Amino acid sequence: MTDPTPLLSLRGIGKSYGPVVAVRDVDLDIFPGEVVALCGDNGAGKSSLIKVISGAEEATSGTINLRGKPVAFASPHDALENGVATIYQDLALAPRLSIAQNVFMGSELTRPVLVPFLRILDKKRMIAESQRYLSQLSAAVTDMTRPVERLSGGQRQAVAISRALRWNAEIIIMDEPTAALGVKESALVLDLIRKLKSDGRTVILISHNMRDVVALADRVVIMGAGRKYVDRPLGDLGADDIAHMIMAGNAKAA
Amino acid sequence: MSSAVTRPPPGRVAIEDVTGLRERSLGQKLLSSQPFWVTIALIVMALAMSWYQPEAFASADNFFNITRNFAFIGIMAIGMTAVILTGGIDLSVGSIMGLAGVVCGLVLQAEGHWALAVLAGLLTGAAVGLVNGVLISYVGLPAFVVTLGTLSGARSLAIVLSENKMIYEFGPWGDAFNAIGGGSIVGVANPVWVLLALAVTFSVILNFTNWGNYLYAIGGNENAARLTGVPVRRIKLQAYVVSGLTAALSAVLIVGWQGSAINALGQGYELRVIASTVIGGADLMGGQGGAYGAVIGAALIEVIRNSLLMAGVDANWQGAFVGLFIVLAVLLQRIRTRRSA
Repeated sequence: MTDPTPLLSLRGIGKSYGPVVAVRDVDLDIFPGEVVALCGDNGAGKSSLIKVISGAEEATSGTINLRGKPVAFASPHDALENGVATIYQDLALAPRLSIAQNVFMGSELTRPVLVPFLRILDKKRMIAESQRYLSQLSAAVTDMTRPVERLSGGQRQAVAISRALRWNAEIIIMDEPTAALGVKESALVLDLIRKLKSDGRTVILISHNMRDVVALADRVVIMGAGRKYVDRPLGDLGADDIAHMIMAGNAKAA
Repeated sequence: MSSAVTRPPPGRVAIEDVTGLRERSLGQKLLSSQPFWVTIALIVMALAMSWYQPEAFASADNFFNITRNFAFIGIMAIGMTAVILTGGIDLSVGSIMGLAGVVCGLVLQAEGHWALAVLAGLLTGAAVGLVNGVLISYVGLPAFVVTLGTLSGARSLAIVLSENKMIYEFGPWGDAFNAIGGGSIVGVANPVWVLLALAVTFSVILNFTNWGNYLYAIGGNENAARLTGVPVRRIKLQAYVVSGLTAALSAVLIVGWQGSAINALGQGYELRVIASTVIGGADLMGGQGGAYGAVIGAALIEVIRNSLLMAGVDANWQGAFVGLFIVLAVLLQRIRTRRSA
């Protein structure tokens, strides 16, 4: 927040699907270490904006600067390699595969064997490192060979976040992380996000849950009809205030 | 929570608390593995048959025959496993076998070198696999439909190329070629050695290499694999090429063993191959299975076949028993996953 140079800077971002304009001329600066809540009703353009930031889709107009340099992500993998990880609502985990396999999917660790040029998977290290990521997040899971399908919803979030940590993501975008979870599991996920913040990572949180927003966010960005019309520090805003601002935005758009 | 778990008050800890923190022992993993149970079934059946028909079943001759017979299917099942792990299916393996066999026969008939015949056969399999792979992973057509197409196409091509005749006049290199598939080393048929070598190689590949891990990742969640940068298309394409290659390898061996090539070679084998992988624990939804399972599944089917034959059951009943075992295998799999979930 105090850092004057934004980590991620969007200028004039627009996204249209044929004649449908989803995002119009959005400027947004994200500073290192802050938690920015991105709010808005359905169809406000949040998801489209996130798709542009995460590399899933290309912006129709505008520029993105990451650490002061212009970037254009060709794919989510490309974004991941640049330190921008997105944790989707479905978490993009393979349920049957082990925790370690999920954390290291697409970036497996290998070690050389006797024959030159031949490398095999370094399972021991992947298990140890996965364990390290998960304990960093204080998730009470010890068997990294367990299939993800046997974990609770909160634990799965922890695995998905561990994957982002594995890619050393500086910016972690979380799409409705608590939407499918019960009260206890949601509390666990909020704790995970706090841990990320205290670890100096930047989080963009998309949420419909105003209580989550109030509990976590440093700054609130509200979109409506594809435009950003609120961008302010959380300050003393309450859940009701944010809900009202979202509704006011809808009224304006309609 | 952790202190509570290190010393749980007896009978007062929720089952999730315990299972969440305790590692699964090797024994537990074994008990929940399908290949393990299929191996048990195989041993029980072999023991029962050895007791019931000690001379006929437990003879060295019969052992030689059984192992050789399932080797052809087992080799194909290993390639099929690569495809099924990605969540795909390859229905064309039987036809690939027929086409590759005819190609081998034609090369030999034209007095080609045995090595040339082997190479031509393998290339034929790889080529059909490549067609499958390109259409499935790059054009995006469903695997079931594409391989159904090549099942028909490759068989038809085999009939055309062979002019619907049996090819058996193998020319000067015929004996050398036939020795590959028909010979044996220390009392074990060559195809069995090939199967063993392939099974070991694939076990290592599936368990210890990036490529193998990618197959599981794609079958586990293709979208997640793509998002994390797994080269999904390339790996899927390669899986079909591997399946085509193992089908062709099996063709090379079986043509050598039989000393002739007919265009009907491998007809209906696709079902036996798929059955082997499924009985061995592969999941048709992808992400689960292994080389050992494929081999043991093929072995079980052959032992069932052989046992029924020796027990004097009408050969026409074989299909019914194999079908029964497929359904039982899937049922067992379902029960196990329910219990462990």
